[in-house]
Amino acid sequence: MSTPKALQQPVSLRLLSGSFLGFWCLLAAFPIFWIAVMSFKAPVDAFAANPFDVVFGPETRARGNGLTLVDIVAGLTVLYLAFRVAVVRLPVLVRAYAPWGNLALGWIVGALVFSIASIAVFFGLLPPILGTINTLLGLDTLIGLTTEHYEAVWVDNAFWRNFVNSMIVTVGVVTVSLTVGTLAGYALARSGSQLAFWILIIALIFRALPHSVLVAGYLPVFVNSAAILEPILGENAPTLYGQPLAIIAVLVSINQPFTIWMLRSFFMSIPSELDEAARVDGCTHFQAFRWVIMPVMWPGVITTGLFSFLLAYNDFLVTSLLLDASNQTMVPAIAGYFNRETTTTDQVEAVAAAVSITAPLFLLVMIFQRQIVSGLTAGAVKG
Amino acid sequence: MQAKTFWTFVGPSVFLMLLFIAAPLVTVFSQSFFLSQPVVEIVEEEVCTPGFLTQTCTIETRTQPILDENGRIVRETSFVGLQSYRNVLEPERAWEAISNLDLRGLLAIDFWKALRFTLTYTLVTLPLVIGVGLAIALAVNNATKSIRGPAIFISLLPFIITPVVGALSIRWLFVGDGILTRGLEWYLQQDIAMFAQAWTIEVLMLFYRVWSVAPFAFVIFYAGLQTLNQDAIEAAIIDGASRWQRLVAIIVPHLMPLIVFVALIHLMDCYRVFEEIVGFSSQAHVISLQWLTYDFMQPDDAGNRAISRASASAMLTMIGIIVLLIPLLRKTWNDHRGSR
Repeated sequence: MSTPKALQQPVSLRLLSGSFLGFWCLLAAFPIFWIAVMSFKAPVDAFAANPFDVVFGPETRARGNGLTLVDIVAGLTVLYLAFRVAVVRLPVLVRAYAPWGNLALGWIVGALVFSIASIAVFFGLLPPILGTINTLLGLDTLIGLTTEHYEAVWVDNAFWRNFVNSMIVTVGVVTVSLTVGTLAGYALARSGSQLAFWILIIALIFRALPHSVLVAGYLPVFVNSAAILEPILGENAPTLYGQPLAIIAVLVSINQPFTIWMLRSFFMSIPSELDEAARVDGCTHFQAFRWVIMPVMWPGVITTGLFSFLLAYNDFLVTSLLLDASNQTMVPAIAGYFNRETTTTDQVEAVAAAVSITAPLFLLVMIFQRQIVSGLTAGAVKG
Repeated sequence: MQAKTFWTFVGPSVFLMLLFIAAPLVTVFSQSFFLSQPVVEIVEEEVCTPGFLTQTCTIETRTQPILDENGRIVRETSFVGLQSYRNVLEPERAWEAISNLDLRGLLAIDFWKALRFTLTYTLVTLPLVIGVGLAIALAVNNATKSIRGPAIFISLLPFIITPVVGALSIRWLFVGDGILTRGLEWYLQQDIAMFAQAWTIEVLMLFYRVWSVAPFAFVIFYAGLQTLNQDAIEAAIIDGASRWQRLVAIIVPHLMPLIVFVALIHLMDCYRVFEEIVGFSSQAHVISLQWLTYDFMQPDDAGNRAISRASASAMLTMIGIIVLLIPLLRKTWNDHRGSR
C-alpha cells in the first residue's frame, strides 16, 4: 500500500524522528552495555580515561588474557548458530517430542537441554580447540578479556548461594501467586457483585502502599515470632525472620493486588459464553474454570507470571530487611559489594556481580518481549 | 455466581491480603504509639586502678540493661502517645525554622528533607516521563517496520533491569574515575565530583528515573497509537491542519486516558522512591520518605531497631499516598456508579 502524498513526511521530519530514536536507543543501552564491557577487563582498563582502552583493554591483553581474531569469529558464529537453533529447530523438536503433548513441560525440558548443550559447547569444547589453532597460527590477541572477576564473585565469594536463594524465592513467589491469583482473578472477572468491586478497590489502595510501611509491621512480629507462636505451636515455633518461606508468603501477598487486577483483565477478554456453555453441559464452576477457561488463559498466565517474577527477583527492600546474611538473595547481596568498594578490584567485582544479576533479565526480555508488551498494555487499555 | 462459590475462589487471595497487608497496617498504627525499650538499671561501681602506695579508687555510675533468667534483655513497652511522631517531625524546630523563614534550617530535619525531595522528585519527573515516553512512541511509530522490534527490545531494557543495578550502572559511569566524568572533565577542563554535593546527585537520580520509567510510558502510548482513528487524521489533513495541530488536537486527546493512567502509576511508584538512594549511596545528601522508614528499621550498633519511630514515619508516608489516591478513587467510584 503506498501512502498518499499528503501523508508523506518531509525528509527533515523523518531525519529528526530517526535520529531521536537512535539517540534514545543509545541512551537506553549504553549504561548496561558499558558495565558488561567493564566487567571483563582488568581494573586498570575498566576505569581507564580513554574509552577505547576500556573496550580493547591493553592492560588485560598484556596480562595474557584476550581474544584473537579467530576467537571472535568462531565465538560469534557459534552464538549465531545457537540462536538459529533456538529459534528455528527447538520449537519443532519441542512440538514433536513433548511428553504426552504437554507443551509447557516440553519447553522446560527443551530449554534446559538447550542451555546445558550450548554452555558445554561454548565453555567446554570451544576454548581448547581455539587454543590449539591460535598457538599453531601464532596469532596476537586483539581484545583484552578476562573472566577473573566472575570467578572471584561466583566461586570465591560464593555468589552462587545467593543465586540459589533468589531462585527459591522467585520460583516460590511465581507459583503461589499465580495459583492464588488465577482463582481470585477468575471470580472477580465473572462476578459483577458489589463485593467484587470493593475487593478490587481495596486491592488498588493496597497496591499503592510503600513496601516499607508493610515491612515496619512485619519486622517486630517476625523477629519475635518464636515467642508469639509458642502458645499455639509449642516448642518448635519457628523464628520467621530469615526464613525464605516467610519471604515467599510476604512477596506473594504484596504482589497479590497487582496480580488479581492483571489476571482479571485477561479473564475479562475471554467471552463468558464459554463457561456458560460448559455449565450447561454439567460442569461445576471449578471444572469449567480448570478444563475450559484455563487452557485458553495461558498467554495471560505467562504474562502475569513474568511480572511476578520481576517483582520477586528485583526486590531489594523486603529481602534486605527480612533475610539475614546467611540466606540473602542476589540483589541485597550486591549492596555488600559496593559498600566495601575500597580497591578498584572490589569495584570491578561489584560490576561483575551486577552484570550477573542483569544477564537472566536480558534473556527474559529477549524471549518474552511480546508478552511483556501485552502485559503492560493489558492493564492500561482496559483499566 | 453464588456467594459461596465466589468466596471459595477469592478466599485464599483475600486471606493473604488480610494477613500480610491489612494486619501489618494495624500493627504499624498501634506500634507508632508505643515505645519498646530495654529496661536499664543504674549501677554504682568502685573502679580501682593500681597506683603508688595506695590504689586510686573512684566510684562510677553506669547504666546497664537488666537480663532475665535466660540472659535475654528485658524490654518494656509503654504508651507514649504522639511522642514518636514528635521525634520524627520535630515540630518545635520545624516551626521555629518556618517562622524565621529559614529553609535551610527546616531541611536540616530528616523528615522535612525527605518530604521535600520525594515531592519535588515526583513532580519534576512526571512531565519528563510523559514527554519522553510520547516522543519515543511517535518516533517508533514513524520508523519502518523492520526496526520497530529491535527498538522496542532495547527500550524495554532500562525498564526491566533491577532498579538497584540500573542506578548502579549509571553511578559507575559518573564515579570519580568513571568514563563520563573523565569525558566531562576533559571537555570542561576542570575537576568534577558528581557525588560530592546534593544537586548533582539529584540530577543523576532524575535522569535515572526518566531513563527507567519512560519505556513503560512509551509501550502504553505506542499501543494507544495503534488504535488511532485514521479517518479523523485524514479529515484533519483535508481541513489543512499542520502536523503539530494534528498532534495537539487529535493524537494527544486520543491518548489522554492513557496519559492519565501513566501519570497515576508514576505518581504512586515515584512517591515510593527508594532504590535510587541505595544505588547512588546518597544518604548523606539526599534521602526519601521510604528510605527514612527503612533507615529507622536498620539495627543500630547495639542491635536495636527504632521500630516506634519507623512506624510513625510509615504512617506519615501513608497519609501522603492516600492524598495522592483520592482523585483516582473518586473517578473509579463515579465510573462504577455510572455503569450500574
